[in-house]
Amino acid sequence: MAKRPTPTEFIIERDEGKCIACQVCVRMCSNDAHSYDPETDTVTSDSTKCVGCHFCETICPTGAIIIKRNPSEFKLNANWSAQVIRNITKQAETSGVLLTGMGCDKPYPVYWDHIVLNASQVTNPSIDPLREPMELRTYIGRKPDRIELTAHSPQSTEKNKIPSAMDYRLLTKLSPQLKLETPILFSAMSYGSISLNACISLARAAKEIGTFYNTGEGGLHKDLYEYGAHTIVQVASGRFGVHREYLEAGAAIEIKIGQGAKPGIGGHLPGEKVSEEISQTRMIPVGTDALSPAPHHDIYSIEDLKQLIFALKEATRYSKPVGVKISAVHNVAPIASGIVRAGADFVAIDGLRGGTGAAPTVIRDNVGIPIELAIAAVDNRLREEGIRNQASLIAAGGIRSSSDVIKAIALGADAVYIGTAALVAMGCNLCQRCYTGKCNWGIATQDPYLTKRLNPDIGTRRLVNLLRAWSLEIKEMLGGMGINAIESLRGNREQLRGVGLSDTDLKLLGIKPAGEAW
Amino acid sequence: MVKRIYIREEYCMGCRLCEVHCLVQHSKTKNIIKAYKGEYPKPIPRIIVEEKGYVSFALQCRHCEDAPCLEACITGAMYRDKKTGAVLCDEDKCIGCWMCIMVCPFGVISRNIEGKKIASKCDLCVGEEVPVCVKNCPNEAIVCEEEK
Ligand code: SF4
Ligand code: SF4
Ligand code: SF4
Ligand code: SF4
Repeated sequence: MAKRPTPTEFIIERDEGKCIACQVCVRMCSNDAHSYDPETDTVTSDSTKCVGCHFCETICPTGAIIIKRNPSEFKLNANWSAQVIRNITKQAETSGVLLTGMGCDKPYPVYWDHIVLNASQVTNPSIDPLREPMELRTYIGRKPDRIELTAHSPQSTEKNKIPSAMDYRLLTKLSPQLKLETPILFSAMSYGSISLNACISLARAAKEIGTFYNTGEGGLHKDLYEYGAHTIVQVASGRFGVHREYLEAGAAIEIKIGQGAKPGIGGHLPGEKVSEEISQTRMIPVGTDALSPAPHHDIYSIEDLKQLIFALKEATRYSKPVGVKISAVHNVAPIASGIVRAGADFVAIDGLRGGTGAAPTVIRDNVGIPIELAIAAVDNRLREEGIRNQASLIAAGGIRSSSDVIKAIALGADAVYIGTAALVAMGCNLCQRCYTGKCNWGIATQDPYLTKRLNPDIGTRRLVNLLRAWSLEIKEMLGGMGINAIESLRGNREQLRGVGLSDTDLKLLGIKPAGEAW
Repeated sequence: MVKRIYIREEYCMGCRLCEVHCLVQHSKTKNIIKAYKGEYPKPIPRIIVEEKGYVSFALQCRHCEDAPCLEACITGAMYRDKKTGAVLCDEDKCIGCWMCIMVCPFGVISRNIEGKKIASKCDLCVGEEVPVCVKNCPNEAIVCEEEK
């Protein structure tokens, strides 16, 4: 049976007056949407193949191409949108689970866009970050319940002398900490889901900025060991690439229980992507599917989790923080409390809008809760139980800008993970086809024709630029509030106000409505 | 100090934009659309992208220290620019005998037979701060640096 055609999603428009038939687009589109006809010396396009990545549009030297959404419309219907019709048609033809990449794209409310920040006026001075020191340094790890000091210098007992910090010594033994120069880390993205050049870009940028990237469940490629001091190594349900050197190489270990884009389900790297290098890194045979089971088969309770946390701590001689990553689900607060009590030094929570290299669309778009509500719920719960200091909270899933970062921190997070934003910095335009392995930007692919398109020198530079810009903006916003250290903003929800939120939303977020004073 | 163009083939994506921009730079109008659609003689690029499988790289004249093309040229059209050290071809003197093409070990001189027969080769974009191929490569797969 011939395939019943559905209207294409995109239209490739070429301005013939500008097109010089240089064929750059023909060579560059990994979906073969453009072709050259030597007889007529013209370039033509097949819009049905276009996934809307905009690579050709970016690279065409004359600006002759525009990629447009197909204006062909179904009869307007609030329930049966074009997307719904397309999906049903596809499934009627293939009988398959619909796959997608990146984070949830449904128009659930984005609470960040309904929260506004405070600033100083008259009664308290604002601070100019370009003239005065401003501290973004953040430590991730367990903080002690109290600290004990001892005065060790004889001078401090002298009368009339004001003792200085140098006169004291810390008696309390501190837990291992990750030191971040800015409260932003790169989220877990495995070698396999993204290219080695993308991993190298993240690693180098983390090193240059003074923060961390995360290996995801893909193991650590031999070329990445040199960035170990800026690496969080993940231990996931498939245990791919986990061995002693791996655990020792990282600055911290993260046990991955769940991911915002696909709570409750595992991972699947198709065998075609398991190349020689990936097979070595993941420690599986070439060409075999890398299946991460949905649960860890040795973790069915908080007690089991505790065993793994301490097994990893024991294996690394208590020298580095061990954290746990979960997706934001309805019960996130009590689960996080259990995780902290199980001995995790940090809890990473990945919200509804968190990204992925591949997930069933139905899971991505319908499972989990927005990160804003999860941060507030977890921070509240840990405070109520008096254990907030025992673990740091890293928020993830749809952090798009410096203002999202600062709002997350004011809501109660210690730092944030960014994944999608980092990919966008490296070129990604969110076409959501990561799962096809044909990423034109050389990011979500292992195809040697494509991976070389991401020069890690450029990738690193762009990531560093992004983090510098965001850090500067965070300083500006902090200064405006009259605060000179990010520490003083953490969990300071008085600096936030809600706009256009219901009473329930405000209560859950623990913030006042705009218009209400202190 | 002689500037050299270095190739980083591991990042060349084979788009051939360097060829496009080289062609435009060596056209009369230096306007990309006119250069392609309305110039006679038709300009040709002086940089050549070589491809095999997924490996590709852009190659242009290496401006050799002991340039065989200089030796071989019978009219003295091929000469070395004293200031930059670049090997250039004086197109007025060139008679299109292709001796230089025969001896160039890199195969980077092209026959230009669009108008008067001349040898066409990289001139490091005389007058430009950075050669246009280097400036326009979207992936920094060719870089221009002082000689190492
Ligand atoms: S890249 Fe642009 S100018 Fe070149 S063939 Fe494609 S559309 Fe035409
Ligand atoms: S898939 Fe990307 S590169 Fe190919 S035609 Fe569409 S926008 Fe252009
Ligand atoms: S412009 Fe750069 S990436 Fe493109 S073919 Fe030339 S050298 Fe290679
Ligand atoms: S044209 Fe060939 S022989 Fe002459 S300088 Fe250039 S690379 Fe060397």
